Amino acid sequence: MHPAFSVIFLTTFIGVGQGLFLALFTLQSYSALELLPVQDSREFFAAGSFLALLFLVAGLGASVFHLGKPSFVITRAWRAASQWRTSWLSREIVFIPAVIALVFLYGLLHYLGWEANLFDVDIAGQLTLVIGTVTTLFVFALFVSTAMIYAAIKFLQEWASPLTVLNYTLLGIASGFTLATAFAAWEAPILVNFFGGWAILFTLAALGTRTASLIRNARIKHKSTLQTAIGVRHSHIEQKAMGMMGGSFNTREYFHGKTAAFLKSVKWIFLVLVFAIPLVLLAIGIGTDSLGLLAGAFVSQYLGLLFERWYFFAQANHPQNLYYQTI
Amino acid sequence: MTQLALVIDLNVCVGCHACVTSCKQWNTSGPAGPMFDDNPFSKDPTGTFFNRVQTYEVGEFPTTETVHFPKSCLHCEDAPCVPVCPTGASHKRAEDGIVLVDYDKCIGCKYCSWACPYGARELDEYQKVMKKCTLCVDRIYDEVLPESERKPACVLACPTSARLFGDVHNPDSEVSVAIREQGGYQLMPEWGTKPANHYLPRRKTRKTIHEDELVRSDNPLKKEDIRHETSKEVTLDDWLM
Repeated sequence: MHPAFSVIFLTTFIGVGQGLFLALFTLQSYSALELLPVQDSREFFAAGSFLALLFLVAGLGASVFHLGKPSFVITRAWRAASQWRTSWLSREIVFIPAVIALVFLYGLLHYLGWEANLFDVDIAGQLTLVIGTVTTLFVFALFVSTAMIYAAIKFLQEWASPLTVLNYTLLGIASGFTLATAFAAWEAPILVNFFGGWAILFTLAALGTRTASLIRNARIKHKSTLQTAIGVRHSHIEQKAMGMMGGSFNTREYFHGKTAAFLKSVKWIFLVLVFAIPLVLLAIGIGTDSLGLLAGAFVSQYLGLLFERWYFFAQANHPQNLYYQTI
Repeated sequence: MTQLALVIDLNVCVGCHACVTSCKQWNTSGPAGPMFDDNPFSKDPTGTFFNRVQTYEVGEFPTTETVHFPKSCLHCEDAPCVPVCPTGASHKRAEDGIVLVDYDKCIGCKYCSWACPYGARELDEYQKVMKKCTLCVDRIYDEVLPESERKPACVLACPTSARLFGDVHNPDSEVSVAIREQGGYQLMPEWGTKPANHYLPRRKTRKTIHEDELVRSDNPLKKEDIRHETSKEVTLDDWLM
């Protein structure tokens, strides 16, 4: 497939935003159980939520460029929420604003410091814990919706796998926790070990599932062939003309237009940037509480995710390409 | 339930592209507005078409065969492009099974084109909405036209009548009979899309002649040969002729 940068930025930005929210809420849950020191509501949670919001809104902004025309945002985009019964894309479009609103509410309640003893127990921040729990459910629903957009197309066999959902979820969470580690180094260094440990674990988990999908896709056997495409039973069929000479949507949209060597180098670039460099920087950064190293880990991982997403799209081989092999 | 569809006879198609040009002419002049064309008369011409004719060579020299292969939307009965549409612009009509795009609802996200294994959809680069074959829905129900012309433009244009049009759910329709009796098949059956359009395969007319049909086993030549004394025995041919 031809990778669209609007979608690459959309999926990576919201992944970071969702992961960062989950990191903040994990911390709050640990604090509520008195496993970690309680952080300042305003300086830590409100600021962290604001940071997560920035990424989520940036993702939503990137998605606008995926529309045919920017004016469709005003005239037509509202319809895109209407087919949530059948379309994972529509579900994603429902969940993105919902997650943005919930993270905003979560941050706002922390900022205002509102409290309510909802359950008649001696735990601080019950209101935000309830909102946070709901938000967590929506965040996971958004991860699943985003990934299922791709995993649900059964004839794009590189995507049609549960690994796609695991990769989107784990890579989003890993990048969010890495950002949380850098944020902690700046705001509350005592938490660097906590976030950093989880960031390393999630990065390793994502490395496992992403490698599994790379191995799966390297061995993939495509069901459609030229024989099934035109329905002629012969072992030797060759296309002589595709019906046009100057190219069309079919020749532009479904192929990345780069060489196999380029594709292969992108794979190694993302493996190094998403996994190798951040793991090393996180391991050193945790020991030294170095904001520079931990911020570097996040920047490397985010840049790597752009390569990872590009590769994810480029690697998928659409069966319609069988019809467009020669001019 | 009606399911309108095309049946394309690969045995007859000569690859003249008349269906391509008549399709473009009718649909670019229709109420949905023109289909875009960039550089139509210069280098790298490109544009939106609903229908393409491709050419394949089957086999290796000297036993090759050229197959001209017209390709347009197959109006699948279980169309994968319809449920994925987030806006409901892409839909399948209940009354006649035609898969259509509402150009006023489409946001141009291209997801439906990803979800079509046949590459039947093309984005209009000017209107920025997804376009596809409509089976000339603005023509087949037009009562201003004489009844014989209420067919898709490609069907009317085909000089060899390689394109049949009708209801594939009616077992007695011309298209159903053609599919049933002439080995009609669907493209990429492995994805379960159940295309409504069918293709009729290349067919050869062959007659098998056995050796004994050329040389009479009871040698009647000998019987009729007046240079020899003829037998009084009855031969097989006396019964047959």
